[in-house]
Amino acid sequence: MPLDLVCPAGSLMSLKAAIDNGADAVYMGFRDNTNARAFPGLNFDETQAAEGLRYAHDRGRRVLLALNTYPQADTWARWTGAIDRAAKLGMDAVILADAGLMRYAVKQHPALRLHLSVQGSATSYEAVNFYREHFGVQRAVLPRVLSLPQVENVVKHTDVEIELFGFGGLCVMVEGRCLLSSYCTGESPNSAGVCSPPKAVRWTDTAVGLESRLNGVLLDRYGKDEKAGYPTLCKGRFEVSGETYYALEEPTSLNTLDLLPEMLKMGIAAIKIEGRQRSPAYVAQVTKVWRAAIDAVKKNAEGFKPTPAWQAELNKLSEGQSHTLGAYHRPWK
Amino acid sequence: MLNLAFPPSLANMVSRLPVTPPSLAFSLAANRLLWPALKTLDWQPLIGRCYAIRVKDLGLNLRFTVSQRGFAPDSGVPDLTISATARDFLLLLSRREDPDTLFFSRRLVSEGDTELGLTVKNLLDALDPEAILHRLPLPLARAAQRMMAA
Repeated sequence: MPLDLVCPAGSLMSLKAAIDNGADAVYMGFRDNTNARAFPGLNFDETQAAEGLRYAHDRGRRVLLALNTYPQADTWARWTGAIDRAAKLGMDAVILADAGLMRYAVKQHPALRLHLSVQGSATSYEAVNFYREHFGVQRAVLPRVLSLPQVENVVKHTDVEIELFGFGGLCVMVEGRCLLSSYCTGESPNSAGVCSPPKAVRWTDTAVGLESRLNGVLLDRYGKDEKAGYPTLCKGRFEVSGETYYALEEPTSLNTLDLLPEMLKMGIAAIKIEGRQRSPAYVAQVTKVWRAAIDAVKKNAEGFKPTPAWQAELNKLSEGQSHTLGAYHRPWK
Repeated sequence: MLNLAFPPSLANMVSRLPVTPPSLAFSLAANRLLWPALKTLDWQPLIGRCYAIRVKDLGLNLRFTVSQRGFAPDSGVPDLTISATARDFLLLLSRREDPDTLFFSRRLVSEGDTELGLTVKNLLDALDPEAILHRLPLPLARAAQRMMAA
């Protein structure tokens, strides 16, 4: 089915909110740094994962497990253990980034369906096809750096299903290779599972504004009526040559509702919604809007136009001052 | 839409009260009404830390700690301070708003130990509101249900 709606689940309640509001699939992580949302108290232990799977499968929906960080030599067994658990639990797919883990999964659990994570950073059909040929990967989540014509070029030259990000926070998008936060914290999201380890983050409401710091480094200072963003280095404001501004990336959210007809036409298999760190309220609200939008575009692609109500609802949930079509829309291309 | 604005005079009056009586009242009420439903959660990472909830429009500053037996008033330096208006706290508790949404729009401020803050948030997110409602005294459960359906 084209344009499957894949929604985030950081907890059982979020999973239920996603399913109840029309997600075709949810993605979740285990309670450790084997996934890229390794926040304290978030994610699923084995019992909760089993209950989530039951809830989804009873309603004909699927559950994908994000195992999208990179194991280190001394922690290898934690990641392979997670693959074993995923297979035992009956996950519908695992979302992997590391080629070594793919090899392990293919050897130990040949029936387990593999998705290539955005963290795998495959942007060309040659790279996507490599994962298909060697590990039988069935779906790839493309990094958010390609324009739509570039995405289309990938789709045309591969049998692998293509999944695109549809909505959620944007970052500098050096997926799987971003080491920015390690300059401040000594940890990078690729192996630690978070961009800014919460233990290193401090928020202080001061007379001059709300300040966010990462391991003591001032990331941003928000004026009274400015919208705040996540405390990541890539979205900080820094002084460069005497000017203070978002030197790397402005806090914005991706919102691709406008592009749904083109995505449908080029045969995009699934749309991913970002936000496993968010609460059930967010998951319910965003899933509801995207379910309605995807149903509408499938019914009448030519006449499709996102309603102001959908856009307003999504804007309200967004990080940063604005939303954008991201790299998908580059009119000069 | 829920409309809960408190008269400034009331907020002014409440803000002049010392911290302890409201914190004591909060702890007693929370233990009586909520603890039976909450105690099954994994409180281990939260035990012994000091928390402050600032209800900005009411001028209310609730300071408490958590143990295996429930909430208790506390006057230590808070490890975590969460500030919002009464209405926004209710929107959060009733699952009608997401904390990050309120945070981006500066309606919710979390200061102190960020890791502790996220642990609290995720612990509460994992709660099934229906299971809580089940254990509340009937009038309170009905009021909460009305609030969540509004």
